[in-house]
Amino acid sequence: MSDWTMLTLVGADRPGIVARVTRALYGAGCNLGEASMIRLGGNFTIMLMVGGGLSCEQLQNALDPVARELGLRLHLDPVRGGLHQHLVPNIQVRVAGADRAGIVADVTEILADQGFNILELESDVAGDAAKPVYIMNIQGYCEQTMESLEKALSGLAAKGISADVAPVEILIG
Amino acid sequence: MAVLDIIKLPDERLKRVSEPVESFDQELRAFIADLEDTRRAGPAAVGIAAPQVARHQRILIVDVSGRPKTESHGHLVLINPEITHWEGFEIGREGCLSVPDFTGNVIRATRIKLRAQDPEGATHIYEMEGFEARAVQHELDHLDGLLFVDRVVSRRTDLYRRKVYQKGSGD
Repeated sequence: MSDWTMLTLVGADRPGIVARVTRALYGAGCNLGEASMIRLGGNFTIMLMVGGGLSCEQLQNALDPVARELGLRLHLDPVRGGLHQHLVPNIQVRVAGADRAGIVADVTEILADQGFNILELESDVAGDAAKPVYIMNIQGYCEQTMESLEKALSGLAAKGISADVAPVEILIG
Repeated sequence: MAVLDIIKLPDERLKRVSEPVESFDQELRAFIADLEDTRRAGPAAVGIAAPQVARHQRILIVDVSGRPKTESHGHLVLINPEITHWEGFEIGREGCLSVPDFTGNVIRATRIKLRAQDPEGATHIYEMEGFEARAVQHELDHLDGLLFVDRVVSRRTDLYRRKVYQKGSGD
């Protein structure tokens, strides 16, 4: 039986969403695990591990008042915890190019062919509405050499995409 | 020779500021040997500081010589170290023997000048950069009661590296 629930939540960004949602969860007896919360465009998004043994229905009921009040949409899935086993990235890929459809698929297909396991991917649309620039930062684990990855990604330059591969070196002290 | 216990977050003793070393005696050198054994017993640590084993004195060990293609001063025992000059900054990912199963991005100076004493009490001046400079800054923080988790910056910060900007503006 799963003892964690993944809460996915999205709504128009405004101050107080995190405070109200987590207060409601605490009030219902929940404990929080790892989370990713970030503003994407004008939306605030939450992916949050919620523990404490409540069913999805009970969680839904606990969150309903604040979701209605703040105009948030949410989704709940039972998941396995899997805490305390972080995978450590060894490669970082930085991508930038004039924005167009297909950049993410082009880059990540090549990485997948190399056996690259994406652990984090963040992307932004920079520039302005007339000349948007797509910037993406990927960290992950791959057993191929840097040279092999660079060679595999080198064809992207012809499509106007710059992809810079660098080792992620973790200093343990 | 002994492997000492490493204290871990959230142990309050990691927040205490360490005192300068005043006696450069045999007891100090025996402790340094134990501290080195402790560093080597852990998971590939390039440095360790005395407060990590609950001794609140300004003593640290840094050795990045095992890392390929890295300029370094080799095995360094730094007592009462003081950074006298900082230059540049870069983001790098760090972890810590006192913070298991967590790594985070931290901004550190690229180049530093450092004054420190050796286990006999003699004063030396070092100039270092890159990975070695990062390791010294990480360890020196321990002497001031700071952990790298006190300095972690958003992973997203890394998106805006100047290098990316230059490439992005090149089309």
